[in-house]
Amino acid sequence: MPHAPDLIFRALADPTRRAIFERLCRDGEQTVVALTARAGVSQPAVSKHLGVLKLAGLVRDRPDGRQTHYSAQLAALTPLVDWTSEMAGFWEGRLDDLEDLLKRMDQ
Amino acid sequence: MTDISTETRSVVVEREVPHPPEKIWRALTTPHLIAEWLMKNDFAPVMGHRFQLSGDWGAADCKVTALDPDRTLAYTWDAMGLKSVVTWTLTPTATGTHLRVEQAGFPQDNERAYRGATFGWQNFVGKLADVLARLD
Repeated sequence: MPHAPDLIFRALADPTRRAIFERLCRDGEQTVVALTARAGVSQPAVSKHLGVLKLAGLVRDRPDGRQTHYSAQLAALTPLVDWTSEMAGFWEGRLDDLEDLLKRMDQ
Repeated sequence: MTDISTETRSVVVEREVPHPPEKIWRALTTPHLIAEWLMKNDFAPVMGHRFQLSGDWGAADCKVTALDPDRTLAYTWDAMGLKSVVTWTLTPTATGTHLRVEQAGFPQDNERAYRGATFGWQNFVGKLADVLARLD
């Protein structure tokens, strides 16, 4: 179920929350304890941030005994990444440069 | 252009270029010329030739899959976990060439989009501030 872009952007607007999400993207699944060790804020604060990220569909939690493991759900970003428009913009730019080159080339 | 009726999507960009197909073909297939408008590369105009395009953002692994001088050039484009095919079509016109480039085969399924999002992440972060400015 895709989440509204607004919800995703709001969740990632906070720098601490964004740092937590980026860490999960880079380093994979982690516990709240491990995230807290590097977040620079208290464990309840990290838990609260994870709650917001979860609400936006950006993270998933997996309880394991007394620990809860969190992982990034990058698929949640799909609505934000439109490949066709990204690449259309890329090729438009390349073709501009190609035309510049053609002007400079000998026949 | 987006084709949502199939499992993959494609991008088409077309231009009327005031130069003959032969000249455009040279720009599309000569490594030092390709480097001037696209990326550094080890391209060779040989069917099946494997080459790499490298830019600041990373590299695309490619293989020539179609080669019809002054008319059609196609190569696979494998970058950031996304496999696609780039096809160049040159059609002579009264004033030059109708140039068409199509990149096809962006998968729609989540797993691939997932990887695409991973790459898009850096851009995405850059754009985030702009979008945030529009939210209340």
